[in-house]
Amino acid sequence: MSDQQNVPPQAPSAPQAPAAPKAPWEEKPVTPVPQDARDHALVREIVAVLPDVVLEAVEFAGQITATVPCARIGEVCRTCKERLGYSFLVDLTAVDWQERPQGRFDVVYWVHRFSDSKRLRLKVNVAEGVEVPSVTGVWKVANWMEREVFDMFGIYFSDHPNLERILTWEGFNGHPLRKDFPIEGIDTGAAVYPEVYPPGGGPVAGGEGE
Amino acid sequence: MGNLEAMKPFPDSEEMEISFGPQHPATHGVLRVMVKLDGERIVDAKPVIGYLHRGTEKIFERETYNGAIPHTDRMDYTAAATNNQGLVGAVEKMMGITVPPRAAYIRMILAELQRIASHTIWLGTHALDIGAQSPFFYTFEEREKILDLYEEYCGARLTLNAMRVGGQPYDLPEGWSGRCRTFIDQFPARIAEWERLLTTNRIWKLRTVGVGVISAENAVEWGLTGPPLRGSGVKWDIRKVFPYDHYDDIDFEIPIGGNGDTYDRYLVRMEEMRQSVRIVQQCLARLPEGPVMAKVPKVIKPPKGELYFSVEGPKGELGYYVVSEGGANPYRLHVRPACFINLQALPEMVRGQLVADLIAVIGTLDIVLGEIDR
Repeated sequence: MSDQQNVPPQAPSAPQAPAAPKAPWEEKPVTPVPQDARDHALVREIVAVLPDVVLEAVEFAGQITATVPCARIGEVCRTCKERLGYSFLVDLTAVDWQERPQGRFDVVYWVHRFSDSKRLRLKVNVAEGVEVPSVTGVWKVANWMEREVFDMFGIYFSDHPNLERILTWEGFNGHPLRKDFPIEGIDTGAAVYPEVYPPGGGPVAGGEGE
Repeated sequence: MGNLEAMKPFPDSEEMEISFGPQHPATHGVLRVMVKLDGERIVDAKPVIGYLHRGTEKIFERETYNGAIPHTDRMDYTAAATNNQGLVGAVEKMMGITVPPRAAYIRMILAELQRIASHTIWLGTHALDIGAQSPFFYTFEEREKILDLYEEYCGARLTLNAMRVGGQPYDLPEGWSGRCRTFIDQFPARIAEWERLLTTNRIWKLRTVGVGVISAENAVEWGLTGPPLRGSGVKWDIRKVFPYDHYDDIDFEIPIGGNGDTYDRYLVRMEEMRQSVRIVQQCLARLPEGPVMAKVPKVIKPPKGELYFSVEGPKGELGYYVVSEGGANPYRLHVRPACFINLQALPEMVRGQLVADLIAVIGTLDIVLGEIDR
């Protein structure tokens, strides 16, 4: 391109005036760093009631994550609700870490306390095929959240009243949010017009034929 | 469930199970409810969802952070601005970015206009379901004006894609704030007009008072957020509890109800629209000059870690749970959908009531299937 030859030479940089401090949005952002939070007040509250449940506690961007043993999550949640006042379960979800040694999945609970508006994240490491105790008996809202985690990750919850698929259909085979599930979908054998849309593209046609 | 025998109007009658939806206009989309009926009384109801599942959370994992924003538009498609606000807020908090004040105020204006737009759809369709036809035309006329403002700002009317990590993609167009002010100043008169049609209307009250009652205790237990929670008398709003953008500088009230019925939720939403008008007026008056974009890297790469950030959407608490491995794509991006969780309480709210009340309760929960199924 001829434009490039017409670029004027760089003006010599003006001497830097000792300018006023820059506004925070012009500075390079300071990213939060994860810190150990075993001494945080919210973690100490749990330890005071259940001394040996907190395996690890991390603070990141002002949010506390406490990792607890998988088998005791029901007990921890019940204690959090009944003795520590976390009456509201905000969110329950899972993360797939595939090859991780301490268990493939994280199941994450995010609880809220109304009295002082504090939030706490509880986390359990779950190996594939291990059942997680259901918390539907503690918070009714956990019912559909656990069903969604089961549907999307294939994690089973023991004592769940109705552990069925919720977002995908009943005959669906596979758990879409696992990392080894292909993003283009799988052939479910449910193509409506296989001669027009060859199988291999998932329930909606568009993939390569086999 | 209470004593079923006592609930039966005809002790020797048989129960019947019918499928309500998924193609029924009163289900506000593709919701299917399996209802067990005894005569016209609902013994049990079971929502069946997933007809609109598009794998949004799976798609997020292959997108960049800014590339994920258009997908959030398509979740709650009546409230794209608040969906955007939640995602960009989460990533900004994770990266420690401070948004320039002008951008934050523009965000608040867009979000509050969106709340009004969402509530106008709710009012029009809810009243239409219950049998009042005329509010539908009046409310959609006002919503059209908001969509015109959006179109002028970002070119889109429904799926806005109007926010970016670090600020706003565009400054306000010339004269936009004046036109926004014209709209917002005439809007309280419109709300008063709609209230004259409904608030003391005898048929409206017969159809809504005491219908779909949920106590404050039960509302918390079922995880309700937004107007359904406030209608039951819990004074709780993310904008006050965990203020984001500049909501802590703005003066506004959180309306609450007392009885937790459909009528109270109606009153709460009407008052919320008035409060949104107040917020927009204050934002327009305070709108600072300056840049609308912070200094952010070209490729957004939040540090390794996990973070949950939520905003008060028109339907309730909309949260984003971001897990980053330090790359340009989220390792996991989970959405806490307000509608999905609010819908779960439907069986609790309709048991023992009439089929016609089921329609009122679906309307009062203000569900959008795009967000429920994602």
